[in-house]
Formats: sequence, structure tokens, C-alpha cells
Amino acid sequence: MKNKFIGLFVCLSLLGFMNVSYGQDLLIKNGTILTVTQGKIPNGDILIVDGLIKQIGKDIQAPEGIQVVDATGKFIIPGILDSHSHLALSGINEGTEAITSEVNMRDVLNADDTGILTALSGGVTMIHTMHGSANPIAGENIVLKMKWGKTAEDLIVHEADRTLKFALGENPKRSRASGTSTTPRYPQTRMGVNAIIRREFMKAKNYMEQWDRYEKLKAKKKPPKNLIPPRKDLRLEPLTAMLRGEIVARCHAYQADEMIEFINLSKEFGFKIACFEHAWEAYKIAKEIVANNIGLSVFSDSWAYKVEASEGIAYNAGFCTNQGVLVSINSDSGERIRRLFNDAAKTMKYGGLSENEALKLITINPAIQLGVDDIVGSLEVGKHGDIAVFHEHPLSAYTRCEMTIIEGEIYFDRELYLKEREEMEKKEKETAKKKKGGQQ
Amino acid sequence: MKRTFFIFSLLLAFSIFVGYGQEKSPELIAIKDATIVPVVGQTIPSGTLLIKNGLIEAVGQDIDIPPGAKIIDAKGLYAFPGMIDSTCTLGLEEIGSVSATIDVRETGRINPQVFSVEAIRPDSVHIPISRSNGITSALVVPKGGLIAGKSGLIRLVGYTPDELVIKSPVALHIEFPSGRGSRRRSTSPTQEQASRQIKELKDIFHKARYYQKRKEAARKDSRLALPEFDEILENLLPVVNGELPVMISVHAEQDILDTIKFVKEENIEAIFYGVTDGWKIPEEIRESGIPVVFASLYGMPAKWEDGYDALYRNPSVLSKAGVKIAFSSQSASLAKDLPYHAAKAAAFGLDKQEALKAVTIYPAEIFGMGDKLGSLEKGKIANVVLADGDILELGTNITHVFIDGIEMDLSSLYTELLDKFKKRHK
Repeated sequence: MKNKFIGLFVCLSLLGFMNVSYGQDLLIKNGTILTVTQGKIPNGDILIVDGLIKQIGKDIQAPEGIQVVDATGKFIIPGILDSHSHLALSGINEGTEAITSEVNMRDVLNADDTGILTALSGGVTMIHTMHGSANPIAGENIVLKMKWGKTAEDLIVHEADRTLKFALGENPKRSRASGTSTTPRYPQTRMGVNAIIRREFMKAKNYMEQWDRYEKLKAKKKPPKNLIPPRKDLRLEPLTAMLRGEIVARCHAYQADEMIEFINLSKEFGFKIACFEHAWEAYKIAKEIVANNIGLSVFSDSWAYKVEASEGIAYNAGFCTNQGVLVSINSDSGERIRRLFNDAAKTMKYGGLSENEALKLITINPAIQLGVDDIVGSLEVGKHGDIAVFHEHPLSAYTRCEMTIIEGEIYFDRELYLKEREEMEKKEKETAKKKKGGQQ
Repeated sequence: MKRTFFIFSLLLAFSIFVGYGQEKSPELIAIKDATIVPVVGQTIPSGTLLIKNGLIEAVGQDIDIPPGAKIIDAKGLYAFPGMIDSTCTLGLEEIGSVSATIDVRETGRINPQVFSVEAIRPDSVHIPISRSNGITSALVVPKGGLIAGKSGLIRLVGYTPDELVIKSPVALHIEFPSGRGSRRRSTSPTQEQASRQIKELKDIFHKARYYQKRKEAARKDSRLALPEFDEILENLLPVVNGELPVMISVHAEQDILDTIKFVKEENIEAIFYGVTDGWKIPEEIRESGIPVVFASLYGMPAKWEDGYDALYRNPSVLSKAGVKIAFSSQSASLAKDLPYHAAKAAAFGLDKQEALKAVTIYPAEIFGMGDKLGSLEKGKIANVVLADGDILELGTNITHVFIDGIEMDLSSLYTELLDKFKKRHK
């Protein structure tokens, strides 16, 4: 019975997959194209067909009837990715218990969050939207495209890696939790945080073994009579998936010491850490981070807001990049998300990154971290037509986003926006006038 | 009150020539071959800037460098006046979540008696970081309640609060109506509550004037009783006497209009802060003659209907209407971002020259220091910044900072920690 349901579910999802229509056709003409992975093309064109980049170059002939965007004097970059966000969710923290690996952000998507519009106005096309940091082991995160106006299901990026949120330090040990609760939640120390994570992975290991033994016996030619499967444990399932390498860890961490301890845990149990989040003291242990092939998803310079962020130097992202770490700049905010390009630019000053290296921090690097670098993160033939257009160089403090495109579809167009706003204001004034006239 | 005034004026007069623990200034410094952006007047290509005894002695192209001057070769560099942060919490705030490190907000609603500079911690890690980013002065502002306290203008160097202070008080800070239209609050007071707050303010001002009159009368006529000492009224006297401006934090359209009326009726000198809805009524603000200090542009519009870029275009709209504007970081840990707020406004229509002026000469003028700070002109205090590009640009590196003619050490917690852990990664 159950298997049938699962089968039906798989069929339906496959149908969904096959129905994915990659957007629209669009030709962007005559802009400075910063491909990120294949250099810079002055006065270049990009042709998008069925939502995918078909051609990048000069003087591309416009296919008949195609929508054309004139980008003369403007800069074209890949759509920006935010590797750490909490947008488009109707719940963020399940903080009642320390371990809540059974919760999944996919269950609480909110496609009507106006934060999506904010993201679009800053050139952001994709986010990794995550559980909060109230628990040592939190819940599963999800990668979304910022397709405003579409259903929640349409936003999901199925190609992305599966990630589970972990959190260390002040937040999971509830340093600033309100004093209303009478009994403090375990853990209250970094010792406890580490111990509880270890406990859960030991449980998961045991649980995995129970299932392995069961499957082995079941597969025998003559399975034992009365063979009973182990009890399904939804909390441990994601952790066993991590032990099998199907889900990677995204771990909120600030201090160097707690990151080292989490690396030790990952070695003890053999799970993969995709990224440390915030990681303000990563510059202290860059070599350990490189050696363990861990990414960093960090702020550019928002710091000193709490003790564990009080040695968060603005050189962190640049220094770690120079040491060979895969770094992305994230927003973790519904406001900062619209100026990620400003935050990325700061690494040129702090750390001396080149323009292209700085751009990577908000494009191809987060794409690699999320396992979607084969479809987005740079402007290459075959990748999604996810694009942001800026009126000045995207790393200039004087720049602003002019247009944001996802799979060839224009989701944000400043010029059009201004025109519509002007018309609306005109109408409002006229109605106000009429009303006034009527009163007299 | 008078005494405090006197002490600070004395400090201002003498402190200019005193070293602040940094290396003692050579009497003469010549910065040569720099592209000089004086902010007031034309840019001077390959110019010379002469500093003598902490003041700017000469700026121009054909300037003879006197013998004995310390020469700084600034070929390829730009010279700007040091920037002024028009509202911040530098020295009052170290770590956001640790209340023990924060001295920004006094309890209670009416606190004209508090002076921000009396709580400044000169060793704040945020001061050297801001300084190394080209900010040389800042208005340190208390927050909270209806009357928050008095602000002071500081230089970003010194071992003691007294060494830091340039001018205090600069303004009395009113948050009107407290809470309404502010982007940071979820609930706003109603119009009725707002009107009540204005009435409350008017009452206090009225009482202060009456208190003043009674005091004067009693001084003239020994038969009249001297009024009982009143801390609040006493501290409002410089405002009602027109000696001290008020800086009023106000956001919503109707509140701005009400505040303009209040300022007129009370006949006081005012500076606006915030003015989120300013773009809706630029003409009314220009006519009032009240200058505007913007809060951090790192925020969201108060209402969606205002448009996603309401905060970003607000400075441009007001500037074009003829309002004198200035930018602020509204922060301690991110005071260093001051130039980027100005640039962000420029991205949304503000003239780039005006953006630069709004972090240099305009704040100097607004805070009554226009003859001493904010531009590279003969006779002004030698707060000079050398950079390898536009000072408002994100990628620009600051190479030298002079405050009162003294070359600053540009190291900070940032560089100290970086150097320490660079060694580990050799």
C-alpha cells in the first residue's frame, strides 16, 4: 500500500520534472558582458532560447519576433546567488527542541513574500533559504529561484544539493533567549552543543546499521520468518542520509574553535560540511578549512553585533579566498540581499581581490556551494538565462540594478517600473483633483 | 551649563595644537603632486597642500614648499577633506548584544541633561577602523525617548574624551514623535498620540521659558524668589535661548509638516534627522530652511507603496529641491560605511559632487563648523585624506589620514588580527 503511494508520488514528480518549461526567448544587445568564468566581452550580445543561453558574442542576429533588450552602456552579469537567506518562508526557527532535523523548509514555502521583489531589485535570481540557528541540528534547507508571481513549487531548484542546517555557539546555546522560560533548554554550553550533535550522529549510525541488517536479512533467499523492519525515525533519516553522503551540512558557526570541533565531528562520522555560515573567525583557521575542502558563506563586514562576531574582520572573505577557500558573500537579510554587489566589492579593498574574484563571491562560488554551478553562476552557453543588468559597473558604489532576468523572463525592469509608477502617481493626482472638484 | 560651554570652547581653542598621543606633528607638512579635491571649488590636478601647525596653510598648484617641511609625495593619489559622519554611536557602542558595552539610550523619556561625549570610550575599536576609512570627525548622538540628550562632535583620535571633543553640545536631540514612521519599529503611534507628543514638547519649552523669566526676574529683583532648581528645564535653556539647535528625528509626512510648524512657532534653530518621507514634500522642507541629516540608507521603505527605492532617491529629491543635506552611518561598527551611503544616493539620482559635499562641507556647516572643517581651504583644520581613487568608491584604498595636521596610524583591530593570523598561514 505504502509502496504504491510512493510510486505514485515518484510518477507525479517525474511528470513535474518533464513539464518544467525553461522560460522564454530573449536577446540582450550591446552590453559589457562579465561572464565571470570566460572573461569580459565589451559590446556583447546574449541570446536566450527557451530560457537557456544559446549564444554569447558580438552582433548576434535577432531571431524573428524575439524580445530585444538594449543594454548599450550597461553591464551584464550572471544573476546573483544568495547562499544564505531566510526569504520566502512562513517559519524559520523550530526552537522548541534542540534537535529538529525532521523539519523541512520545503514545507513552509511562501511564494508571496515581497522579499522576493526586494531580492530581484538587487539582481538576485537564486537563494538558498534556510532554517534558523536556534538548534544545534535544525532542518533541511531549500534552493529557490526568485520567480515572483509563480507558485511555490515553481520556485524550487531541484538540481541543487540537499543541505541540512546546523548551528554552533551563542544561538543554539540560547545565550540571548528571553528569560520567560522556566527551564533552560539543553544545551547551554559549547560542550553541550558538540555533545548533542555527537549523540545524534551515534544514534543515526546505530539506526542505519539496524536498517542495513534488516535489508540484508530481507534480501536473503530465505529471509527469517517474522522479520520486522526497524521503526522509522523521521528525525534520524536526514542524518543517515548525511552519513550516506546524500545531504551535506551547512553549519552556522562564528568562532574558530567551534569550527575546528565541528570538523572533528565530521571526520568522526564521515559526513560532508559544504559550508560554514558567517564563520567570522575563519581567517584564523583558513588552512584547516582548505584542507577539509569546506566552503564559507560569510558577511562582507557586518560585525560586532555579538561577542562571537567581535573579531570578525572585514578581511575575512578576501583573506580566505587568497588562501584557496571557496567563499561566497551572503545577506542573511531581507534588506542586505539587495546590495550584495556592494558587499562583494568591499573585498577588493579588504583583501585585494580582483574585480572578477569579487564577482565570483556572489555568482559562481555560491553556485558551486549549492551544487548548481552546471546550470547557473556564470554566463556560458547551455546555462540558464539568469541575468542581472547594471547601469554602471556592478562593483561600483554608484551602480544600481536595472533589470533582473530568470530563464529569459524579465522579472524586474527598473525603467518599466518607473514608467508605471509615474502613471500611477498621475492617476492618483487626477482622482484627487476630481474629488476636490466634486466637493466644491 | 555655561561652565561646560566654557570648558569645551577652551578645549577647542587649545587642543588643535596638541598632539593626541600619536606622533607629534612636524610643524610643516607638504603634500605634493596630489589631485586635490577641495570640495569647495575646482579640483586641482597635481597640486600642493601645505599644512602648518595643524592648519591648512596653502592649497594650489604653484606653491613653494618651504625648507624644512616634511614632504609627502602624493603622485597618483587624491586629496580629500576628512569625512564627517553626521550621526553615529562611535565610542558609545562596542558589541551590539552586550548591554554592558552600550551607552546610547538613557532610560526615561525626557533626558536633555545627558551629554553623549561624557560617555565616549576613546579606546573603542570602531574609532581606528572608521578613521582608516577616511572619516575624521563624527557627531556622536544619544538615542531614545522624546528628548534623547545632547550630541557632540568628535575628532576620531585621542586618549581621553576631552581630547576627542571638537564641540559639545552640538544639538539637543528630539525623537518626534517617538516611534512613528520609523522604519525600525513595527508599531507606530497614532496621529492623536503624535499630536499629544508635540503638545508635550510645547509645554516643556513653555515651562523652560517661564523658568528662565522667573530666574531673570529674581536676579534683578532680590524680593522675588528664585525658582527651585529644575534639571530638565535648566538643560533646555540654551535651546529656548537660541544658543543650541535641536536635531529632530522625524519620518512620516504629516509629522514632518507638524514639526516644521513646531519649529516655526517655537522660533528655534532646527536640524532634521531621518525624514524618510521627505521626498513627498521637498518644497515644504526647502521653505522651512531646515537642513536634513539622513539616517543609514541600509533599510527598507516605510511602506511598499513608496517604491522599493524610496530611501535611495530621497536624498536626490531633497537636494534638487534645494535642501541642505548630509549623510550618516547611524552606527559604530559600520560607521566606516559612511561614504557608501552617499554613493548609494548618487546611484539613485543625487549629483556626485553633492554626495561628496554631504559627507564633508555640508555637515560642517550644519553643525556650525563651516569655517573650520569640511573642505581643503586655507585656514581650515588640516583633516586631510589621501586615497588612490574616489573616496566614495568601494574599491578605493585610503593611504594617509591627517587629523589636525597629524599623520594617523592606519592600523586597527582589523589589521592587527589580520597580521597575527597571516603569520599562522605563512
